[in-house]
Order: sequence, then structure tokens, then C-alpha cells
Amino acid sequence: MKRLPFSAWHFVLAPLAILFALPLVWLLVSSVMSNSEINRFPPALWPHGINLGGYRYVLGNALFPRWFLNSFIVSAVAVTANLVLGSLGGYAFARIRFAGSKVVLGLMLATMVIPFQLTMIPTFLVMKQLGLIDTLGALIVPSLVTPLSVFLFRQFFVSLPRELEEAAWIDGCGRLRILISIVLPLARPALSTVAVLTFLATWNDLTWPLIAINSDSTYTLQLGLTTFQGQHHTQWAAVMAGNVITVLPVLLGFLLAQKAFIRSLASTGLKG
Amino acid sequence: MASVVGTFTVDPRSRAAAKRRARNEGATGWAFVSPSVVIILGLSVVPVLWSLLLSFQVNDLVSPSEWVGLANYKALLKDPAFGSAVSHTLIYTVLYVPLSVIAGLSIAIALDRKIAFIGLYRTLVFVPFVVSAAAQGVLFSFVLDPEFGVANSVLHKLGLPAQGFFSDPGQALYLLVAISLWSGTGFCVIVYLAGLQGVSSELVEAARIDGAGRWGVLRHVTLPALTPVTIFLLLFQTINALQVFDLVYVTTKGGPLGSTTVIVYFIWEKAFKTFTAGYSAAAAYTLAVALLVIGVILQVYRRRAASR
Repeated sequence: MKRLPFSAWHFVLAPLAILFALPLVWLLVSSVMSNSEINRFPPALWPHGINLGGYRYVLGNALFPRWFLNSFIVSAVAVTANLVLGSLGGYAFARIRFAGSKVVLGLMLATMVIPFQLTMIPTFLVMKQLGLIDTLGALIVPSLVTPLSVFLFRQFFVSLPRELEEAAWIDGCGRLRILISIVLPLARPALSTVAVLTFLATWNDLTWPLIAINSDSTYTLQLGLTTFQGQHHTQWAAVMAGNVITVLPVLLGFLLAQKAFIRSLASTGLKG
Repeated sequence: MASVVGTFTVDPRSRAAAKRRARNEGATGWAFVSPSVVIILGLSVVPVLWSLLLSFQVNDLVSPSEWVGLANYKALLKDPAFGSAVSHTLIYTVLYVPLSVIAGLSIAIALDRKIAFIGLYRTLVFVPFVVSAAAQGVLFSFVLDPEFGVANSVLHKLGLPAQGFFSDPGQALYLLVAISLWSGTGFCVIVYLAGLQGVSSELVEAARIDGAGRWGVLRHVTLPALTPVTIFLLLFQTINALQVFDLVYVTTKGGPLGSTTVIVYFIWEKAFKTFTAGYSAAAAYTLAVALLVIGVILQVYRRRAASR
């Protein structure tokens, strides 16, 4: 690898980067402090040793692993469903000519500008009618597919050359067969974009779980975390340990798939 | 050879096959899109209309509703709590949107160079963006805790007076802006960095040759080229700012003394805490119309900018 030159810009960029990183470093540091280190005044700025009491407390709590599982289930189902339903819909809108497709696509895209606050009360009522309130179903159903997923897949499929599919088409392959065996293997950028955006939205959501869920055994991590804070006010180490566990999956995912992650966020921005 | 139309040979059998195929195609198309259509339209069109009905009713989400016409909207206009929710939201938006976009642009320009550690810098600036608002709220409640927080501890070491932070009505809203800037600026940076890749290097080169300095190139080449990105970010950040909720819910619950009650918090409180869903729906419709107006204005401006 070529060695890059040192530059005066480091004097600007390094402090800036540290400023952005500091709160997260502090999150990690405080999660391994002992309660006595946190509770004395002024609080310690650095722990004496690594104290895993907070983590032990959180993971020993019967509810916390449950919340993690709930969040995981909701996000996993949402990601899978968005990939399946979004690619099916996106492919049909991109390639298949059928009556009403333009109108329906237009309507679906128009719903993207509807603010969530306008729909949250009636969505609550709809979910109540369906008997889903206070179940994971209430969290899953509205996130099964979003107009953004369908739109991103459509845009990607439109840009693929038709010639790729023609041979299979002439051989008499059905549309589903073509989608699964020819188009989707080429659609990795679209698949990863939709997966990233869906995971981020479902894992990090607080507003909708707050409305749709009442019993603490059905809480998601984000929801649990907010109540956790009140219940364990003096146990800051435990609260911070819980916070680390909540943030970690997204953080790890980001660090592992940074390029795809950034590209997907930047591309949705630039298409807007 | 039978009759030839274009390059296709038309014989009755293949025409029937083509027709059948087209009909099948239509059925396949609908089969592919129907799950998305049912879910997306069902969970947007129905609620939007339902919300409109609600806004003309007195409704507690449990007992039968009563039609009251425009009474909710009239009451909203006179409600000082709604007035201050609007002004808190506007203060938050007016501070957060320009600051995050300007900071995003400046940092993106600073990061747009090939030097050591640049990847690390980009990662660190962006990483707060993926942290949920709930987690941010919990983290900063701790950092800014007047008794146990590290912020006051640092102030103490510097010999500065301790602060009330979220318990001080004069500070709470501005702290929320600061936290949102910490997490939201990274997104602007990433979008601008992607946009900077698209700035034509020939144009920059040409400007340099014409004697433009660093500022000249920025003002006359880079910024104009980034205009679509800037407009997108202004729109995106404004919509986000007007809808801020999670962070407020976790940190201040609208307090102290209502100083951080933003519109969405007001809507949530009216629907799910005081159970005046009709009133809440009227507030939500007011917000939606405001967003629509902003959207249309920006769209018009964008068209005009594009046609120039």
C-alpha cells in the first residue's frame, strides 16, 4: 500500500473525529465501571478495572434477553419480507406490462410523503381491529414492505439490460423463475441497500413500539431501554451495559459492511 | 411467407399465443405487486382518511365518537400548549437544519482528500448516525445527569459552575439540538462526500487555470454543482426535524415546564396519554399540511433551479 502524506489537515480532522467518537467511547467506558465509581462526586473519568457487573445484571434479568429476541425477530422478519415482497413488486413494476401498473406505482410512491404522525393513531386502530395490539404482529405487519423498498428495487431492475433475461424468456421460463435465477443474483447492491435501510429502521424504532406494545414481555430493546432507565436509576452501569447491547448489533453491522452501508445511504439520498 | 408486419411473422396461432401470454403477464404482474399494494396502500390510504375523520370528532379511542366539525381545529388555534409546541419545533428546526447542512458540507470538504487515517475519520464522524435516538437519549441523560454525569464532572475540573442541563428549561431544547447535530451531521457528510465525487474535475481545473483560488472554486464551481444535494438535504433534514420525537421522549418527556414539547410529542400525548384522539388528529393534520406546503415549495424551487 502506498503511504499517504502527512497533512496539516490532521490538526483539524483528528479533534473533530474524536469529538464525534467521544460520547460512544464514554458509553463503553461507563458500562464497565463499578457503581461506586459512577456514584461518587465528581464521577470517575476512567474505570480502575473492567467491571462486568452491569452486563451480568442486565443479562441476568429475565426480560432483557427477551427484548433482544423480540427486536431480533421483528427486524429479521422485516428485512426478509422487504427483500421478498420489495423485489417481487419492483420487478413487476420494472418489467411486466399490466393494466394499472403506472397508477398503482404512482400512488405507492405518493404515500412516501405521508408523515408517520398522521397515520399512527389510525394504524393503532387498524391493528386493534386485527387483534394485533400488544403482540409482535403489530410491529411486524406495518414493516413488511415499504414503498422505498419497492422503489429501490424497481430503479435497479430498470437499469439492468433486458438482454440478460431474453434467452430465458424465449426458452419459456416464467417470470418468477427469471427473477429468482437470473435477476436477483445480479441485484446484490439493491438487496443490500434494502436490507440495510430496513434493519436500521426496524431495529432503531421507538415511536411505533411505544404505541403498539403494553406488556413488558413484548417490548423491543429500544422500548425496554427507556423504561430500564427509570427503574434502575442508580444502576447507571447496568443501564449503560444495556445501551451497549442495544447499539452493538447496528455498530458491528456498520463496521463490517461499511462500504455497502454508506453507499446505500448516500445513494438513497442522491436519488431523492 | 405469410404477411409480415415489422420483423414479426403474424400467423393466427402465434397471435392467439401472444394474446394469452399478455393476459398471463397481466395476472403475473398483479400477483407480484399485490402483497405490497395491499400492505402499503392499506396502511396509508385508510389511515390518512381515518385520521381526517377523527380530526372532526371527539374520540377517546374506546367509546363511540361524536362529530364536532371544525371544533378541534378551532380549539387548536387557541391552545397555548399547541402554540408553544409549534414554536419549540420551529426553534429546533431553524437551528438544526442549517447547522447540520453547513457542518456537513464543511466536514465533507475537509474529508475529501487522500491523507492518512481518512477512512478512520470518516467512520468516526458517521458512526453516531446509526445509533438509535433511544440509545442516544439514554446515553446523554447519563452524560448530562446533574449529579452523576461526566459533563458536570468535567466542568468542575475546569473550575466552571455546574449546570442543570435537562432540568433547566432554558437549556433543554438547545441540548436536544446539540445531540441531534452530533448524530445527524454524519448523514449530511456522507451524502455530500458522495456528491463531491460527482463534481467535474475538468471544471475545477478550468476554474484554476482562469485564476480562481480555493474560495473561488468553492463558490463558483463546487457549490453550484452540489445544489441538488443541498436541496435534498434541506428537505430531508427539515422533514426529520419537524418530526422529532424519540429523543424528546427518552430525555425530557417534553419538560421541564413544557420547554421541549415539540409538535409530535404534543400529538402523541393528546392521543395516547390524555386520550383526546380527535384533537390529536387535528394537530397531526396541521403538521402534515405544513410539511406538504414545504415539500411543494421546495419542489417548485428545484424545478426552477433545474430548468435554469
